[in-house]
Amino acid sequence: MTGQSGLSWIDILVILIYLIATGYLGWLGYRGTRSAADFLVGGRTVHPIIMAVSYGATFISTAAIVGFGGVAGLFGMSLLWLTFLNIGVGIFIAFVFLGEPTRRMGHRLGAHTFGELLGLRYQSRAVQIFAGALIFLFMPLYSAAVMTGGSIFAATQFGIDFEVALLIFALITAAYVVPGGLKAVMYTDTLQGFVMILAMFFLLWFTYSQLGGIGEAHRYLTGMADMVPAKLQAIGHQGWTEMPAFGWGAIQYNLWYIVVTTIILGVGIGVLAQPQLAVRFMTVRSRRELDRAVPIGAVFIMLMTGAPFIVGSLSNAWFAQHGPLLHGTVETMINADSDGDSDRAMVALRRANDAGAWVPILGKDDKPAVVPLVISTREQVHDNAGESFELVSGRSSIITYVKGQADRIIPTYISTAMPHWFGIVFFLALLAAAMSTMSSQFHTIGTSAGRDLYEQITHKPHGSEPSLLAMRLAVIVGLLVAVTISYTVREGYVIARFTAIFFGLCAAAFMPAYIGGLFFKGVTRTGALASMSVGFGISAFWLLFIKAKEASAIGLVQLVTGGKPSLLADVPNWPVVDPIVVALPLSTLTLIIVSAFTRKPDDDHLVQCFSKQNEARSLRQRLDSTF
Amino acid sequence: MLGIPDPWVAVAYLGCILMTIVSLIYGLMRRNAAPDEVTPIDRDWAIEERKTDHDL
Repeated sequence: MTGQSGLSWIDILVILIYLIATGYLGWLGYRGTRSAADFLVGGRTVHPIIMAVSYGATFISTAAIVGFGGVAGLFGMSLLWLTFLNIGVGIFIAFVFLGEPTRRMGHRLGAHTFGELLGLRYQSRAVQIFAGALIFLFMPLYSAAVMTGGSIFAATQFGIDFEVALLIFALITAAYVVPGGLKAVMYTDTLQGFVMILAMFFLLWFTYSQLGGIGEAHRYLTGMADMVPAKLQAIGHQGWTEMPAFGWGAIQYNLWYIVVTTIILGVGIGVLAQPQLAVRFMTVRSRRELDRAVPIGAVFIMLMTGAPFIVGSLSNAWFAQHGPLLHGTVETMINADSDGDSDRAMVALRRANDAGAWVPILGKDDKPAVVPLVISTREQVHDNAGESFELVSGRSSIITYVKGQADRIIPTYISTAMPHWFGIVFFLALLAAAMSTMSSQFHTIGTSAGRDLYEQITHKPHGSEPSLLAMRLAVIVGLLVAVTISYTVREGYVIARFTAIFFGLCAAAFMPAYIGGLFFKGVTRTGALASMSVGFGISAFWLLFIKAKEASAIGLVQLVTGGKPSLLADVPNWPVVDPIVVALPLSTLTLIIVSAFTRKPDDDHLVQCFSKQNEARSLRQRLDSTF
Repeated sequence: MLGIPDPWVAVAYLGCILMTIVSLIYGLMRRNAAPDEVTPIDRDWAIEERKTDHDL
């Protein structure tokens, strides 16, 4: 892996300019209006660009860029379907169809957390406590994904150990989050959003121009299909510009189900039921502001997810053309080129030892590491015993350089291919993006613990001192749990997997009750609670006993099956299917069936939830209950 | 198309651009269509939200 350390004067200048600009905007924000709620209180309009970019910056973080960009480097451009859903579902459907009903209902009911919105809509403490508990318990998984992404990037960019980077990252987060930096300052969010936009434009332009333009870059990547690692080929990887092989009942279709069900559907649809997203809608001033945020949000998300997915995939082509040279001996030819200057072969890697002899590089299993190489030169050299042999030199896909660790792909590409100053700017923007995302996450954890759990269980009023203490403690506990998860779990593409688990869980448990509650008066309290229980129960069962990667990591399934990683280990494909595919339809069905046979909410409550004319009465009722 | 042989991937690539264009057109057409009023309920909600943020 290529790490860089040491700062030149230009790096220091870039850092200083960035910090001064951020500090100045932060100071401006703290002097006056700083958050969306402040703008709303003051009755002022937020410029739609500031609204949309600060909104996007809250949700886009290291998880999307480092985690999912890395997965695209591993699995290819099929991940662009996720970008398509991010724009079509996460922006268009969310803003156009869910934003205004959420905002209106949240304001009328006086809801300030996602759990409170559901609880007040269904007049049920149980619903609120259930939602709050789920968010409090599982949101740290998503925070861990963001933290891991930032730490891996810092480790690669500055050439330090992951553990050191994680420690620094955790301390910065604690310093930012614990003393009260939880509140997003819109101007600084917007600045880092713009830095990210410029960085993504530069990243795309640089990558395409280095590879000869859009068509040429894609064609070269397509031609590298025979360099896909054998392990990935075995599960259906057909090349970085192809969808994985589709079918059912054989291991060679596994990748299709990983990409489509976990990565694309789990995250692409799960975004609709994200608790922070729903609460963010409530901070919007009006329907007009939501409409105006759609185009900017779409452009922002296209760049923030599309660019890393394209660049992640193309980083394989860049490394095959410009990456550091690797050396070794040919094991088998993959593809002999007619003019002999770009033969491809499986090569057993070697390195020159101190004495100048070429010795094998051993892999994890203590056997010589064999990787696909685009051969550029051949020469006769000697080994340890003085025997002469042909040494080939060449380059490989980025997967070889990062030893198959997807989470290292984007950081390695940026630290190797891009100018160092760009890596610094990119890191600072990522750090800021991670901070604003984690602010939002820990804010959600804190308010869920305080308002949804503590206040509902103990019947304490809003804002009481013990409740505030519960919120603050929850933030600290959430932070410690997230750091522990980041430190402990490192294998595979954990950033994307953690994100997908949280998004999928939210979708299955919350989405039917949330959307049903916004649009259908006939949805009942029992129906909502049953739907949430079924969605969560099936997801949890699936993660514990069926989905092999997660189940085997948790370890419970081995006790039941005598060592197998899944209850369905002998049935191909099921162990890689995401729980959302089963849990979401069943929780939706449960909501419909149970609501049909249980007592409907009373009319007065429905009027308060849905009628425009009832706002004054709702306000009076709320004020009455407060004082 | 675009050097991408698999139509499913090419459609995703172009679909992202198309969806962004649809969003741009929607935003332009609707930029002044919806009302922009802050009701006492909205303001009341924002005051409590700000208080929660501040307390936390």
